[in-house]
Amino acid sequence: MRQRRCVDELNAALHDAFERRSDVYLIGEDLLDPYGGAFKVGAGLSSRWPERVITTPISEASLFGVAAGMALRGYRPILEIMFGDFIALGFDQIVNGISKFREMYNDQVQVPLVVRTPMGGRRGYGPTHSQSLEKFLLGVPNVSMVAPSEVHDVRALLTNAIEDDEPVFFIENKVMYGRPNRRPVDGLLDGMRCVEESGPYPALTFSGNDFAESSATIVAYGGMVPIALDAAVQLILEHEVFCEVVALSRLLPLGIDAIVESVARSGALVTAEEGSLTAGVGAELTARVQERAWGDLRGPARRVAAADGIIPAAPGLEAEALPGVMDIVDAVLVRQAVRAS
Amino acid sequence: MLDFYRQMCLIRRFEETLLEMFSEGLLVGTTHTCIGQEANAVGVLSHVDADLDVVVSNHRCHGHYIAFTGDVSGLIAEVMGRVTGTCGGRGGSQHLCRGNFYTNGVQGSIAPLATGIALAERERGAGALTTVFLGDGTLGQGAVYECLNMASLWSLPLLIVVENNRYAQTTPSELAVSGSVAARAEAFGIETAELDTTDVVQVHAAAGAAASSVRRSGRPYFLVLNTHRMAPHSKGDDTRHPDELEALREHDPLRVLGARLERSDRARIERECREEIAAAREAGEEAPAAGAALAR
Repeated sequence: MRQRRCVDELNAALHDAFERRSDVYLIGEDLLDPYGGAFKVGAGLSSRWPERVITTPISEASLFGVAAGMALRGYRPILEIMFGDFIALGFDQIVNGISKFREMYNDQVQVPLVVRTPMGGRRGYGPTHSQSLEKFLLGVPNVSMVAPSEVHDVRALLTNAIEDDEPVFFIENKVMYGRPNRRPVDGLLDGMRCVEESGPYPALTFSGNDFAESSATIVAYGGMVPIALDAAVQLILEHEVFCEVVALSRLLPLGIDAIVESVARSGALVTAEEGSLTAGVGAELTARVQERAWGDLRGPARRVAAADGIIPAAPGLEAEALPGVMDIVDAVLVRQAVRAS
Repeated sequence: MLDFYRQMCLIRRFEETLLEMFSEGLLVGTTHTCIGQEANAVGVLSHVDADLDVVVSNHRCHGHYIAFTGDVSGLIAEVMGRVTGTCGGRGGSQHLCRGNFYTNGVQGSIAPLATGIALAERERGAGALTTVFLGDGTLGQGAVYECLNMASLWSLPLLIVVENNRYAQTTPSELAVSGSVAARAEAFGIETAELDTTDVVQVHAAAGAAASSVRRSGRPYFLVLNTHRMAPHSKGDDTRHPDELEALREHDPLRVLGARLERSDRARIERECREEIAAAREAGEEAPAAGAALAR
């Protein structure tokens, strides 16, 4: 079966949702056909459902609240924020509204909205259009954050987010859009065995040695998943080191069952994220895994992340700032050295 | 007129009771009273249907809440932190939700919420009017202008009421609000009216015209109500000169309307309000406190 691009699968999920439910709306900037949104995820929707695609002024500070108001009143708005960097403009609505309404109003209301937004670099967009700001959402209670990768069923994940009764931040990696949505076939992908959790937002765990004892568990999400898989393959081919890769699809609430199971076989944890290091997703993962699996770990976890700084525009500088395959390989080999010593 | 007086009196007695309880150390946290501004809540919300229409309010929300829901016992229990409170004690004075009534505590953040609610209600097509109450201080928030723009662009059935009490906490509007308040909305193509009174009858008439306009045209409306806050921003933080506060007493909406009522009617209504608030307070005191942490 020919694999469709991730952007097409996401687009299909939106068309599905609009067909299935009359309470779904898409709100955001530059959504109308023939443009169909900056990354074309909403292409075709405004032609089929012109009354339910609302193209907006450039007003992110308010748009999060507009979506919340619709959700409070029984609709299922999907808010498209053109670049993930722009969620900074909406943080009052996110922290003091969306995150609070259900609990603060004593469970009298629900806020079933989805915020879809692209994150990530490697496209040369420079400091304010390349970031991965998931860590800022990680501290927000009462919301879900889903960050699919190209090995997840991205169509199903977006469908589940739209059906979710809690607010969902749906983080779409920019590089992922144009890549094929590669799915394991008969439990295999790239020659690695893969197991997938059940539930609406499953983690996938990959192993190059059929889940026998391995040297490290690499945890990644979003755009770092293919990089982690490449690193795992390189470690096998060039170093004869076997790792497992856990590809998370949900960062909030942050479930670590798949990681803990994997760490029991590997004894080492390496986290990989495209956001900057300090107070990042890896820091939270590390704390949680160490709390639950301390006895399985041979040494401290290692975090692979972007440098604490800007993401420069020039390709060479950008590549220096963002984590790559070699950063993960090196992090695993450091752990491997600990094991050998 | 008697019902207007009764509602304003109920709000006044409610908030005076809160301030008394704070001064007696019976309440913690904060509260923002609308003492002196009651005519706005009562005059505007006499035009809305609590089963159909939606109200979005701000930190200074007790008057709006009581005028819309009539629920003084839920509100006093909420401020007292009781399980019987409107939000089970989770929200407190300025974070309320009951039926079609919502408040939140950050200046300006309710404007986008009200815009989204009005959009939802426009789509539902049941004819609901969404009313949002802002203050002059809130005009410093950029989100307000984003929402005026969207409400006009999208023809939302949204009544925006600005209660201009001329102070943002302690800052006089001369230091915070430039130009014309009404012209802000006019620039977005929104019909506007401005009123300079604390007479509930006049507020009622102007708000009726505003609400009718929104219901008829489906377009937003911007109603500026110049008013006076006779009490502190929250409690005990009034930096104004006592002479200034004394001068405001002639604008007291209870005095303005009360002058046209029979003395016996006023006395009866005031007694009934006192009794209703006292009963609500008593019920609140008897209700269990929310949260077990302090009971151990």
